[in-house]
Amino acid sequence: MSSEHATAHKPVMSPFTIVAGIVLILGALVTVLRFTGGLAATTNLSDYNPWGLWIGFDLLVGVALAAGGFVTSAAVYIFGMKRYHSAVRPAILTGFLGYALVVFALHYDVGQPWRLPYPFIVQSGTTSLLFEVGACVALYLTVLFIEFTPAPLEWLGFKRVRNLVVKLTMLLTILGVILSTLHQSSLGALFLIAPSKLHPLWYSGYLPVFFFVSAIIAGLSMVIFEGGLAHKYFHDKMDETHLREKEDVAFGFAKAAAWVLAGYFSIKVIGVAVDNNWSYLATGYGAWFLVELLGFVALPCFLYAVAVRDHNMSLVKYTAGWTVLGIVVNRLNVSLVAFNWHLPSSERYFPHWMEIVISLFIVTIGVLVFRFIVTRMPIMHEHPDYHGEH
Amino acid sequence: MSISRRRFLGWMGAAGMGVTLGRSARAAGPKTFPGYPESVGVLFDSTLCIGCRRCEAACNKVNHLPPPERPFDDLTVLEEPRRTRWDSYMVINKYYPNGRENPPAYGRMGCNHCKEPACASACFVRAFAKEPTGAVTYDETVCVGCRYCMIACPFEIPTYEYHKVLAPRISKCTLCQPRLLKGLLPGCVEACPTEALTFGKREDLIRSAHQRFRMHPGRYMEHIYGEHEMGGTNWLYLSGVPFAEIGKREDLGTRAAPEFTAGALAAVPLVVGLWPVLLTGIYAISRRKEKMADEERTAAVADAVAKTQAASDEKLSAAMEKAKKEKESAVEGAVKKALEEAEKARKAEMAEAEKTETPEAGAGEKAGKDSEEGA
Ligand code: SF4
Ligand code: SF4
Ligand code: SF4
Repeated sequence: MSSEHATAHKPVMSPFTIVAGIVLILGALVTVLRFTGGLAATTNLSDYNPWGLWIGFDLLVGVALAAGGFVTSAAVYIFGMKRYHSAVRPAILTGFLGYALVVFALHYDVGQPWRLPYPFIVQSGTTSLLFEVGACVALYLTVLFIEFTPAPLEWLGFKRVRNLVVKLTMLLTILGVILSTLHQSSLGALFLIAPSKLHPLWYSGYLPVFFFVSAIIAGLSMVIFEGGLAHKYFHDKMDETHLREKEDVAFGFAKAAAWVLAGYFSIKVIGVAVDNNWSYLATGYGAWFLVELLGFVALPCFLYAVAVRDHNMSLVKYTAGWTVLGIVVNRLNVSLVAFNWHLPSSERYFPHWMEIVISLFIVTIGVLVFRFIVTRMPIMHEHPDYHGEH
Repeated sequence: MSISRRRFLGWMGAAGMGVTLGRSARAAGPKTFPGYPESVGVLFDSTLCIGCRRCEAACNKVNHLPPPERPFDDLTVLEEPRRTRWDSYMVINKYYPNGRENPPAYGRMGCNHCKEPACASACFVRAFAKEPTGAVTYDETVCVGCRYCMIACPFEIPTYEYHKVLAPRISKCTLCQPRLLKGLLPGCVEACPTEALTFGKREDLIRSAHQRFRMHPGRYMEHIYGEHEMGGTNWLYLSGVPFAEIGKREDLGTRAAPEFTAGALAAVPLVVGLWPVLLTGIYAISRRKEKMADEERTAAVADAVAKTQAASDEKLSAAMEKAKKEKESAVEGAVKKALEEAEKARKAEMAEAEKTETPEAGAGEKAGKDSEEGA
């Protein structure tokens, strides 16, 4: 990403434009192949490994990282932290785009995407946690969409509708928190049914709790991380309130993240203790588990705390990036690395390069749409007509 | 404190865990399903299997599956371990539990038609059904292709037609449900030349297994695989060697798959019921805090305003006083000035009158005053 885009008349192509262009072209080609050649032509999925990168990354990581929307709006509207108000719109936008892209990505992964509404309109398998995930994601995407609409409505000048939507804020926020609690935890609960396939260090009756709590961490860190990036590249789009509150938001969220990480660390340890899985720590998987637990949970917890104490903005930003990476590691561990650990290595899964291309393709689309919207709509600044409202 | 405090805390902890995690799956979830009493199944006796693959051939034929790459009478296929695939609902595998110099043992891999199937509980469109016959069937007209059933099945049975573009399906053994309804035996059972496959009511099969244990002491492991595994299955297995040696996992436990998720599912209404109340409560508290802060602020502001008001009042009256005084003195001054001026004028008049009498003196006096002022 480069700030060059702000001055569109410059014919020079920034590195971001070039990389994004290549990814888009490759992605389009693989898309054609996926829908003409089937899953076998583009993925390394097998009968032993029915879920690959498109579930592990696009669904699990995608949903976790899009948690910033509900975390921020809950903090501001329910917990009354008005001083973080300027963080709400960017977070809602990321959340909305994140979920929209998750649903988009699912069209690549499932065998018959045109049947995706079937669980709701044809026949429901209510004993399935996937049904819960699907229902909540569908509803929450709608909620996020409505929460997001004030920005485009202000942009387009539809005052009446916009004011109506703004009146619903409280209701939408509560709905959002309920739906997020349900599906963030259900994503972890998806794996409860397969205790014989997931490594004991990652399998736990607490899985839903782990997923929910780590989603809060992901949400907080994403808001900080994105705030840092946005500050660098969309500085000119921010109004004074936004700029003034930004540091406050980053430190406030960093402090919260340090606490939640500490809690997450302890329940992870309790998880090992409850099932008495200590002996696994001495194995190779145990070492990897410790890397995740110490390197991606304990370390960022400590770093956030230090950064807040020292009022060190750049440490907050780097820690946020590291924490986000930790969430990626965790979700991939549960869905791919520690899943099917009992199988011989010849039967294990490693993503096909085309799967990776599609995942990058989807992330790139997300970044581009985000850029398109924040450079036009009142996301990081207030619309002059609605100054000081909400 | 003779009720050990530690134990008390232990109970508390356990109780808390049960609530928060829904670990008490038995209490929260559906009661253990006893299975359809009349349901049928198949008993596979590994000690009688000769690895002829006729069951595989029959399965392929009755289910109209595509012809295999290598013919079914090619037994060298058995040297490689195989698994179920989209084009083979079941496979026979050959194992050498006592080394290659000793006779092999055979195992079967195929759908076990669980009493409480993981696949069915996992499917979000209810594509699977546990039929009263005992068969677990699949409805391809609703399947979305999410493949969660494949994640869920502890026996790794369901397979997917990854190569198909338009309508890929899950494929797995149906226990020959269509044939059962017609009163026919499953294809594999009908084709088996030995007694390795026995068809019957599940209960009868269990009885028959125990009979075999009694009649042939030392021949069997004296365990019916599938009687309790994962809540029990309608396919049952007997073996002369540990089951792990013929490709059966022995660490699956006896809890049926739905029990693992019952707690998480039971938590849903809890979240839906409690969250709005809690969140509104928190909202109310934060609003109240805000309101109180607001009130305090307004009070402080009012106070400050009052104080400044008072102060300014004082100042104002002081100023007024001063102004009044000034005014008074101004008036006084003006009067004084006026009087002085009048006096001056009078004097000037008098001087004028004198000047007309002695004009030189008057002019000389005036010139002297002027020069003084100029200096
Ligand atoms: S063995 Fe697997 S596919 Fe067959 S019924 Fe049981 S869970 Fe379903
Ligand atoms: S792949 Fe089909 S049968 Fe399996 S869980 Fe998904 S929708 Fe159900
Ligand atoms: S037909 Fe019978 S003996 Fe032959 S492989 Fe199958 S089960 Fe074994």
